Amino acid sequence: MAISDVKEYTHLTPEEVDQIGRELDQIRADIEESRGAADAAYINRMIRIQRGLAAGGRAALAYGSWSKKGRRPAVVAGTAMLGLAKILENMEIGHNVMHGQWDWMNDPEIHSSNWEWDTAQPAEQWKHSHNYVHHQFTNVLGYDNDIGYGVLRMAREQRWHPVYLGQPIYNALLATLFQWGVALHDLDLERIRKGEKDPREMKRQLKQIGRKIRRQIGKDYLVYPALGGPGWLLTIKANAAANLARNLWSYMIIFCGHFPDGAMHFTEEEIQDETREEWYLRQILGAANFEGGPLLHILSGNLGFQIEHHLFPDLPSNRYAEISERVRALCEKYDIPYTTGPLHRQYGQALRTIMKLSLPNHLTKSDDPAPPEPPRDRRRKSDAERPARRTELGGWSRTSSHYAESDRGHN
Amino acid sequence: MPVKDAVRTVPWERVRSLGARLTTPLHPDDYLSLVNPLWSSRELRGRVEKVVPETDDAATLVIRPGWGWHYNHRPGQYVGIGVQVEGRFQWRSYSVSSAPTRSGRTIAITVRAMPEGLLSSHLVGGLEPGTIVRLALPEGDFVLPDPPPPRMLFLVGGSGVTPVMAMLRTLDRRGSMPDVVMHYSSPTPERMIFRDELAALADRHDGFTLHSLHTDLDGMLDLADLDQICPDWRERETWACGPGPMLDAVEEHWEAAGIEKQLHLERFTLQLGGDGGEGGTITFRNSGKNIEADGATTVLEAGEQAGVGMPFGCRMGICHTCTLTLVSGKVKDLRNGDEFGQPNEPVQTCITAPVGDCTFDI
Repeated sequence: MAISDVKEYTHLTPEEVDQIGRELDQIRADIEESRGAADAAYINRMIRIQRGLAAGGRAALAYGSWSKKGRRPAVVAGTAMLGLAKILENMEIGHNVMHGQWDWMNDPEIHSSNWEWDTAQPAEQWKHSHNYVHHQFTNVLGYDNDIGYGVLRMAREQRWHPVYLGQPIYNALLATLFQWGVALHDLDLERIRKGEKDPREMKRQLKQIGRKIRRQIGKDYLVYPALGGPGWLLTIKANAAANLARNLWSYMIIFCGHFPDGAMHFTEEEIQDETREEWYLRQILGAANFEGGPLLHILSGNLGFQIEHHLFPDLPSNRYAEISERVRALCEKYDIPYTTGPLHRQYGQALRTIMKLSLPNHLTKSDDPAPPEPPRDRRRKSDAERPARRTELGGWSRTSSHYAESDRGHN
Repeated sequence: MPVKDAVRTVPWERVRSLGARLTTPLHPDDYLSLVNPLWSSRELRGRVEKVVPETDDAATLVIRPGWGWHYNHRPGQYVGIGVQVEGRFQWRSYSVSSAPTRSGRTIAITVRAMPEGLLSSHLVGGLEPGTIVRLALPEGDFVLPDPPPPRMLFLVGGSGVTPVMAMLRTLDRRGSMPDVVMHYSSPTPERMIFRDELAALADRHDGFTLHSLHTDLDGMLDLADLDQICPDWRERETWACGPGPMLDAVEEHWEAAGIEKQLHLERFTLQLGGDGGEGGTITFRNSGKNIEADGATTVLEAGEQAGVGMPFGCRMGICHTCTLTLVSGKVKDLRNGDEFGQPNEPVQTCITAPVGDCTFDI
C-alpha cells in the first residue's frame, strides 16, 4: 500500500504524479532564482517593526507603572504592542527563520542555525520536533507528534479512551498555556511515560528547557516588574496578558493548519517507499489553508498558506501568496483537493472535531471520509525508527555532542 | 578624579549581560543596532566612509568599524568583509592597507576588481559611502615583526602590495625604516596601486629601495635576476605576496637556496589548528563523484579537487556560505575538534575534515 492508493489520488497515473512533482520543483526553482534584495528588505523590515513594537510596548508599560497620569491608556497600548510583538516574533519571524527560509541571505543574525525565539521552547528542540518530525511525517499516525500534541485525540484512527471525555477542557488548557505545551513537546511525554526515552537525552533536553524558561520567566515576571517600581503588579499582569494573547493566537492559527475537515491523516503503510512526488501530494492533502488579507497573513506567519508552507517549508514566507496561485491552479488541473476557507470556519471545524472525538467513534459521524484502517502499530516512534530527515525542511543540529557534554561536566 | 575613574572602569560586558536579561532571547545590541547600525558587537560591522580610487580598477575603502573592533591589527593582516549583494551577504578577505593606530577610527582595505570577481567589482565600482558592511576580525601571520629585522626584502605582484603597504606605512610612521628592498611587479604603470606613495617613501627614506617592473612591457621577473636586483637576498628576511604561480616560484627558489625559513608567504588560506580528522572517502551524492581525503584536508578543498561545484565564501568558518548537508558519516571541525555526524546534518565544509567515509548532498 502506498499513497497512490489513497482515494483522493487513485485517479492519478504514475506519469501524472511525476509531472506534478516536476511542476512543483519548477515553482521552487523559480522562487529560489528570484529571491533577492526585496525579500531581504522584507524580513529586515519585519524584524525592525517587531523590535520597535517590543521596545515601544515595554516603554509604554514602564511609563504606565511609574506615572499616575495617563496610566490606563499607556498600559492598554503597551500590552497591545507587546502582545503584537510576541505574535510577530513567534509567527512571521521565529518560525520562518528557524525553517531556514532566510538562510540564503547568508546573514548569521537571521539564520536558522542560531535563531532563538521569544517563547519557552528552546529553538533546537523546536527544529527537531517541528522541522523534522512534523514536516517530514505530516499527519502520519505514530510518526507525527503534532496530531493532537499527545494531549488531544484529533484523528478517528486514534484509539478512544475515557480520558478523552475531558478533551474540551484539555483543549482550553492547551490554548491558554500553549507556549508551555510547546516547550515540552520535543520531550515526547508519551515515550517518557512508556519508559522508551533515552534518559541521557531527556536530561539534556530538560536542562536546556530549564535554562530557557528561567530567562523567559525572569524577563516577563521578575526583571520588568522590578523596574516597574510601584506598578510592578500592573507590569506582571500586562506581560501575562501579552503572553496569553500570543498563546491563544498561535494556538488557533496552528490548529487551522491540519485539523479542519479535509486535512487527511495517513498511515505508516502509506508512506512506505514514498517518493518525493508522493511526499508533495501528502503535504497538499494533509494541510489546510485559510483566507484573509495581507495583515492577517503576516500576523499568522503566512501559515494561512499552510499547503504552500508544507510543500516548500524553506522558501521565504512573503512569497507564499504568489506561490499559492500556482499551486491552486495545479490542484485544479489535476483534480486534487485544496482545502481552504475563512479563518472562523476553519477553526470552527477544528473545534468541532475536538468535541466530537472526545466521544467514541460510534457515537459521532465523521466529517470527512477517513482512509481505510488496516491494523497498525500505534506506538510513538523514536528518531532511530524514523527515516532520516529530508534536507529542505530547515536544518536541525544539536549544540554539542554527548562526549563534549560529558567533558564539560568534568571541569 | 574618582568620577572619571568610575567611567573608565564601567564593566561593559557586565552591563551588556544585565541588559540581556531585558532583551532575552535577543541581545541588547539587536535593539541598539536599529538606532545606529554600528552599535552592535554581535556581528562586527563597519560603515564605508570613503571610496578612494587608486587605479582604473582598484579602490581603497575607508571603513569605520562599529562596536567590538580593536584597532590592534598587526601590519600585514587581512580582514573579512561581508557585503550584501542582491540580498545575500558575500564574504571575501582583503589585506588591511592602513597602518594600525590606536587613535585611528577607520581602517582601509584596498581592492582590485577582478574580471570574474562579482564582489571585488561591486566593492570597487558599486559601493556607496554610508553602506553598512560586515567585518571579521583581522587574521593572518603574514605580519611585520616588532622590532622589524634589520634587512628586509618585499616581493610583490599586483594587488599583493596591500599587506606590504600596511607594513611600510607602519615603518614610516614609527620612523624606523630599516634596510628595505622592494620589488613590485605590475602589468602597466597605470595599474600600479600606491605608485606615488611608494615613490615618496623611497625619496624620504634612504633605507628604502624600490624596484618597479611593468610586466606587460618587460616580462615577468626571473628569479635568477634577483642576484643583480638584490645581491644579498639570501641574508634578508623576505615577504612575498602576489599571484599563486609567482608565490610557487618564489617558494621553490628559496627552498633551493635552503633558506625557506626566512620566507613569509601570503596565500589567503585558512590556518587550521587541531589534530585533524582521520580522513576517508568523501562521496558527493548528486554529482556522483568521490575522492580520498586525508584528515587535514577540508571537505571544501577535497570537493574542489574532485571537480564538484562547491559553494564557498570566506573559507574560514565565518559566513556559512559553504554549508552542505552531511548525509552520512562523520566530520570534524578542525578549529576545535567538535564532531558532527547526525544523519542529514548541515555542516560547514570549509572548516571540517572527514572522520572516516562520509557522503554529502551535492
